[in-house]
Amino acid sequence: MEQENLTNEPERPNASRRDFLKQSGVLAAIALTPPVAIAAVDQGLDQKLATAFEQQPLRVQINGVAKQLSVEPRVTLLDLLREQLHLTGTKKGCDHGQCGACTVHLDGQRINSCLTLALMTEGAKVTTIEGLASGDKLHPMQEAFIKHDGFQCGYCTPGQIMSAVACIGEGHADTPEQVREYMSGNICRCGAYANIVEAVMEVKNKGGQL
Amino acid sequence: MNPFQFTRVTTPQAAVSTISKTAGTYFLAGGTNLIDLIKREVIIPEQLVDITKLPLAAIEKTSSGIRIGAMAKNSAVADHELIKKHFPLLSMALNAGASAQLRNMATVGGNMMQRTRCSYFYDNSMPCNKRGPVQSGPDKGQPNGPGGCGAIGGSNRMHAIFGASAKCIAVHPSDMCIALAALDATVNITGPKGDRSISFTEFHRLPGDIPQKDNTLAPAELITSVDLPTNAFAEHSYYLKVRDRASYAFALVSVGVGLEMKGKIIQQARLAMGGVAHKPWRLSEAEQFLKGKEASEFNFKQAATLAMASAKGYGENDFKLTLAPNSIVEALQIATENA
Repeated sequence: MEQENLTNEPERPNASRRDFLKQSGVLAAIALTPPVAIAAVDQGLDQKLATAFEQQPLRVQINGVAKQLSVEPRVTLLDLLREQLHLTGTKKGCDHGQCGACTVHLDGQRINSCLTLALMTEGAKVTTIEGLASGDKLHPMQEAFIKHDGFQCGYCTPGQIMSAVACIGEGHADTPEQVREYMSGNICRCGAYANIVEAVMEVKNKGGQL
Repeated sequence: MNPFQFTRVTTPQAAVSTISKTAGTYFLAGGTNLIDLIKREVIIPEQLVDITKLPLAAIEKTSSGIRIGAMAKNSAVADHELIKKHFPLLSMALNAGASAQLRNMATVGGNMMQRTRCSYFYDNSMPCNKRGPVQSGPDKGQPNGPGGCGAIGGSNRMHAIFGASAKCIAVHPSDMCIALAALDATVNITGPKGDRSISFTEFHRLPGDIPQKDNTLAPAELITSVDLPTNAFAEHSYYLKVRDRASYAFALVSVGVGLEMKGKIIQQARLAMGGVAHKPWRLSEAEQFLKGKEASEFNFKQAATLAMASAKGYGENDFKLTLAPNSIVEALQIATENA
């Protein structure tokens, strides 16, 4: 299995930091800091010091690749994927668990990545839309969405497809009515619902490998 | 989001001792409500204690019924064979709530701990008595937004018709809890002073003068499991949820029904309503009335009238005074026909 080591220091100049760091100043903090933070201070970078303080290690497998990351507790899985790992297929819609655009699979189950802290995925397997195809061969659900025109603008589509794959896997796609109910966590403002249901039913009825 | 400390624990004992140490600390389970509230700065935590690795997710038979671990996912409970067979009301209620994604994340304990979706509570520029003080940071101890209740005299279409106070007319948003209240569940809790168990109907509380307090948990206490006693309601159970769209919306009114029938005669009835009060609203008078009565529309209407005796509208939610009794009658009719 491929192994990657990444230390992420996202550039966020406007982010507010812990109050004690703001107030106590860099010198007082140095006595307590690990080498990485001291290195940051050497470069005169308060922001990086604060970040190094707060980051925690995270081991997670993403699309079959084991990652050893370092993330702040407040970073969501969605922001980790998009901002640090540049897997921008997963979309940020409402960012409050209401639209489903951020749907990914966590240990095979569909979840909203916007309401999951990255650190909660310690030891887990995450699959995003980027991890669905096999090389150039699209996943049957991706093909079905294209065939049935299951989108217009496409913004909700990665979430819809991840949700649809899980919906069949859960056994909740026996009828169009059931698909509508169990896909209700994915909002499509273009209104491609009828075609999405057709795509899901076709994949279900073909019984293809998911 | 404001920064916070993050601590992972693997035993209930460690969870309780960690949360006891620092004020402004919260247990993090599924996160579906807590992280939303943190993003909106309704809650500004000092520390989150990640309890997702606690070994409390089992669903198992006991000598007197079924025990559901507090960390069991809502979807795992809803789809569990024992639950579908013996407690279909709980399965129906769970599946009526949220979305498939959220049910995969949300836990039983977290569902019980979720906060109201009152739009005034959720917006800290608006008056609310429920939000309480800021929990961490430079404004620690200060009110988190203005006090008062914006919903009284304001936009209160979603709000309570039972048991509200002059301080708060918010409702508890859970569907699962309506079923657990109707099914005589017991909540098992551990904490700094040891273990205890309370009736599910005693877990949530009415707002009174301290609407900040949703439930009767003491500080640092952790829900470990919920017990469901064996009953004879499985054949005649129904969860009716009336909402603004067919799926993925909070209840305007919901009714959980469990009936034990002998022919056309009701031996035992269990009734609870959602979307109408600060806690799952058990309809004890209506249950008593239905005991020994024939399952008929006439009797159902009588029961609904009894249930509505203490109801009070606040303007925009006056429609619930009609919707609620109609929903009770319909839920009873459907539960009678189910078999």
